[in-house]
Amino acid sequence: MGGAARLVFLGRLADLAGVGEQAVLPGPLADVLAGLAPALAEALLAPRIRLALNGALVAPVGLVLAEGDELAFLPPVSGG
Amino acid sequence: MSGRADVRLALAAFDPATALGGFAAAHEAAGGIASFIGQVRAGEGVEALELQHYAPLTLPGMEALAADVLARWDLAGLLIVHRSGVMRPGEPIVLVAAAARHRRAAFEAADFAMDHLKSDSWFWKRERRAGQWHWIEPRAEDAADLARWGQARG
Repeated sequence: MGGAARLVFLGRLADLAGVGEQAVLPGPLADVLAGLAPALAEALLAPRIRLALNGALVAPVGLVLAEGDELAFLPPVSGG
Repeated sequence: MSGRADVRLALAAFDPATALGGFAAAHEAAGGIASFIGQVRAGEGVEALELQHYAPLTLPGMEALAADVLARWDLAGLLIVHRSGVMRPGEPIVLVAAAARHRRAAFEAADFAMDHLKSDSWFWKRERRAGQWHWIEPRAEDAADLARWGQARG
């Protein structure tokens, strides 16, 4: 087994996850999310959450995490 | 494309007057400088404001915004300083300054940069009131601010 990939949770998603980041096994995003708490997995796939893979915005469809990848979940940014 | 951009993500308190003084000295040939300072609002029970950023996106996004501003207006220079971290009421959050030959471009460029920093850059904000942190959700006014420039939220 190789190294891990990493999920990064920003804003309120970090509160929900209880951590700012988490190591996961590489693989299809659907499999990665299936290993998380259902409420967290659902929040991560909400329509307004955007994803960045290694610093570039990506669509979640068909996403597969490789060893060393960093996938960030970005809630809508706040004004105020 | 016009002048130079100086874009900084500040992880600790900064002094807007010092930053503005340095910017003015660097652009002595400009006829005018328009600046805006945003600070943590006192009152309404807010004890602290925290801005979180995501390093791979936040500063690159600010730099892309600065390049856009410089492409739209004929400026001698543009300064953007934005805090991340925990701030107290009265502390500065953001400084934008635009130096130009003529004032109109400086005012407009600073206004455009602020609207986009507030509503379209990678910061997540929460306030502490009565010892509890509360996330600040996006506001409809932010989208309206962007619409002034003919742009939808990304």
